[in-house]
Amino acid sequence: MNRALILLRRRLVGSIFVLLIVVIGTFLLLELAPGDAVDAYIVSTGGDAGMIELLRHRWGLDQSELTRLANYLWALLHLDLGQSVAFSRPIRDVILERLPTTLILMGSATALSFGLGSALGIYAGARPGSFRDRFLSIGSLALYAVPGFWLGLVLIVIFAVDLRWLPIGGIESIASIKTGLGRAADIAVHLVLPVSALGFIYLALYLRMTRAGMAEAWRQDFVLAARARGLSRRRIVFAHVARNALLSLVTMLGLQSAQMLGGSVVIESVFAVPGLGRLAQEAVAARDTPLLLGIILVSAVLVILINLLVDIAYALLDPRVGASETGA
Amino acid sequence: MSDFRISRRTMLASSAMLLASTAMPGIGWAQTPKKGGRLVVAADSEPRNLNPAIVASNGVFFISSKIVETLAEASFDGKDGLEPRLALSWQSAPDGLSVTFKLREGVKWHDGKPFTSADVAFSALQIWKPLQNLGRSVFKDLEAVDTPDDLTAVFKFAKPTPFQLIRNALPALSSVVPKHVYETGKIEDNPANNAPVGTGPFKFAEYKAGQYYRLQKNTDYWGKDEPYLDEIIYQVLPDRTSAASALEAEEIHLAAFSAVPLADLDRISKVPGLKVITKGYEGLTYQLVVEINHRRKELADLKVRQAIAHAIDKDFVVKTIFLGYAATATGPVPKNDPQFYTADVPTYAFDVAKANALLDEAGYIRGANGKRFSLKLLPAPYFNETKQFGDYLRQALAAIGIDAELVNNDSPAHIKAVYTDHAFDLAVGPPVFRGDPAISTTILVQSGIPDGVPFSNQGGYKNEALDALIAKASETLDSAARTELYKEFQKKVVEDLPLINVAEWSFISVARDTVGNIANNPRWAVSNWADTYLES
Repeated sequence: MNRALILLRRRLVGSIFVLLIVVIGTFLLLELAPGDAVDAYIVSTGGDAGMIELLRHRWGLDQSELTRLANYLWALLHLDLGQSVAFSRPIRDVILERLPTTLILMGSATALSFGLGSALGIYAGARPGSFRDRFLSIGSLALYAVPGFWLGLVLIVIFAVDLRWLPIGGIESIASIKTGLGRAADIAVHLVLPVSALGFIYLALYLRMTRAGMAEAWRQDFVLAARARGLSRRRIVFAHVARNALLSLVTMLGLQSAQMLGGSVVIESVFAVPGLGRLAQEAVAARDTPLLLGIILVSAVLVILINLLVDIAYALLDPRVGASETGA
Repeated sequence: MSDFRISRRTMLASSAMLLASTAMPGIGWAQTPKKGGRLVVAADSEPRNLNPAIVASNGVFFISSKIVETLAEASFDGKDGLEPRLALSWQSAPDGLSVTFKLREGVKWHDGKPFTSADVAFSALQIWKPLQNLGRSVFKDLEAVDTPDDLTAVFKFAKPTPFQLIRNALPALSSVVPKHVYETGKIEDNPANNAPVGTGPFKFAEYKAGQYYRLQKNTDYWGKDEPYLDEIIYQVLPDRTSAASALEAEEIHLAAFSAVPLADLDRISKVPGLKVITKGYEGLTYQLVVEINHRRKELADLKVRQAIAHAIDKDFVVKTIFLGYAATATGPVPKNDPQFYTADVPTYAFDVAKANALLDEAGYIRGANGKRFSLKLLPAPYFNETKQFGDYLRQALAAIGIDAELVNNDSPAHIKAVYTDHAFDLAVGPPVFRGDPAISTTILVQSGIPDGVPFSNQGGYKNEALDALIAKASETLDSAARTELYKEFQKKVVEDLPLINVAEWSFISVARDTVGNIANNPRWAVSNWADTYLES
């Protein structure tokens, strides 16, 4: 446990620098985008020169980039994410409102792709080169090649429009008065399609990694030893081969969390899920720099946290790892 | 009437339209409206501010016009195209210095307080004039609003102001908000901007960001037996393809503002239980316009502009890009406007040979590669149709030896490039005609507008005769004389082509056929829906 704590401390110090670079980099990148929040706003309203000047002043856009960046960092130091221009509400509230939805979506999709992906990977890798191995490999690759939004639309047409088994979008029934378990069930029903669309895309990745890991493990000496000892094939597959192959998947889990966050932007739009990804898209369209910075900051923290958890889990699972990093 | 013109025009256009217009008699004014029910409609955006007195835009009106009412609403058959709402009558003094509004009696705000002339005075002086995007120009000379009694508001102007303009501005610019809610604190930061309080048939109930807005029936509404609906839900559907699917899956009843893309209408119109409605937007006409940067020496030459006008096949644009759901334009006032439109303007028939001849005459001979000169073309990204027209225009220009480079931006970048940086040669824009040329049309060609003002003349065009005409019309009090001046204005604009009007279009609604009293006024989607009902 001590090892994990030392790792944690080191990572936290490093993370602060990562976050600072993320914030400053994003800010500068957004400044390069032509047009500001006022330009985005007047698209739907129009307005005369006086009104435009008034808006720029109210939203602090008449200040120089450096002043705005300094103000933002100063506020951030006080854990204040600032005020959203597009929503005229505190950014913290706007993000907190959307974060759980995205976490549920990402978590379920990860569970689906990881669970099903590794299970199918073991199934395929148990007999490398067999028909089922080829079939699953090709099938999953085909799925991986499909754009997320297209898969989402096809699922909508089949399951929501034609069969009407599932709702077309959103996260829960409109103005539902359901509470407790009823509400949870309602949300679960709404999540089936978006989670499938997001999860099936990344399924291939886990499937192929498990399969490759297993193919490699089959060639290892300990497998030969296990065979020599006369263990059943079933036992060799699960206790020796799959176990070794799955270890590398844990690392992948951390890396994929950032990818998944990106994928959710598209899926959330297609399924009208009010999550962080769609919020980011709205923030870009509205040129709401502080909001987008807030979202990216929260996402970066999220990814760092997930990776940290993965590393800790890894250190606990595999005693060989982490020994050098902790200097022990 | 304008609405008949639309249906006749579109009937000719395509078979899909025939289907749509034959469905229209089924809308059923004759039926007795049913009480109760929850209407679910698609919303494609979530306005940051729901106060229509501050932000007079269709996105805001779509939701808040049910909550906050205006002094008058547009009407197909009312006098001057208006129907009373919070005001019962309006009268102008002969000197044009004052307008007297008689207000409706017994109207209550949603919080129970009585509606009085003080609310009208407050809204006009504290919000429309200083803060509202459109009101800042229309009400710029408004000096005071006298309130001799609770039901009379007298608008006093510093300069004679045409009554016709004030009348035409009423449906969009005169949303009245309660003084007692807004008088303390900064108006822009008032929480009621996100949870509006009004006098309308529906009360604001709930907003869940990214999910829905919920409006509830106002049981104290002044309209007898109105509203019919118990609830209206605006379900947020950001993806353009989802509105059509949601209609088919019977999750929503109505998708207004062309939320269903034109390309899907043909298929959707054949789905049993759904109807496509082209009426109800006559007062919200969008114009497809080629904006021209007159700072480019080639484009400063009238012959070149004429050549471009001759190179555009307007009929093709209407048929192919708008799939028939539009009309060709003759000038800066749309054909469906009942007051100002004149057909008596020069025309530029589609004629590539003539366009080529004009360019030769202007001295821009084709080079060895067949090209005369190159241009930067920026289509506005707000509508599919503006983008598609950009592609078409590029080809049309290639046919006359002009090489256009397409520059595609997202909305804020486009606004900045065209209206602030002037980094364009040609742009495709969709300005809105708002019932009176003085509201948002004359600024498209008028000179002397500061940089950065969107949807205005940022092409450096200057025509003193036209400026003088616009100035004269703005102070002409007699409606007939003023209308004549704007007819002259249309002629002058089409003669000199500061911009090229190509087509004009309105929106399309798709609804389940259980929804009654749809499209019964020219601004239906942004009106109060007090008489809209649902058959069970």
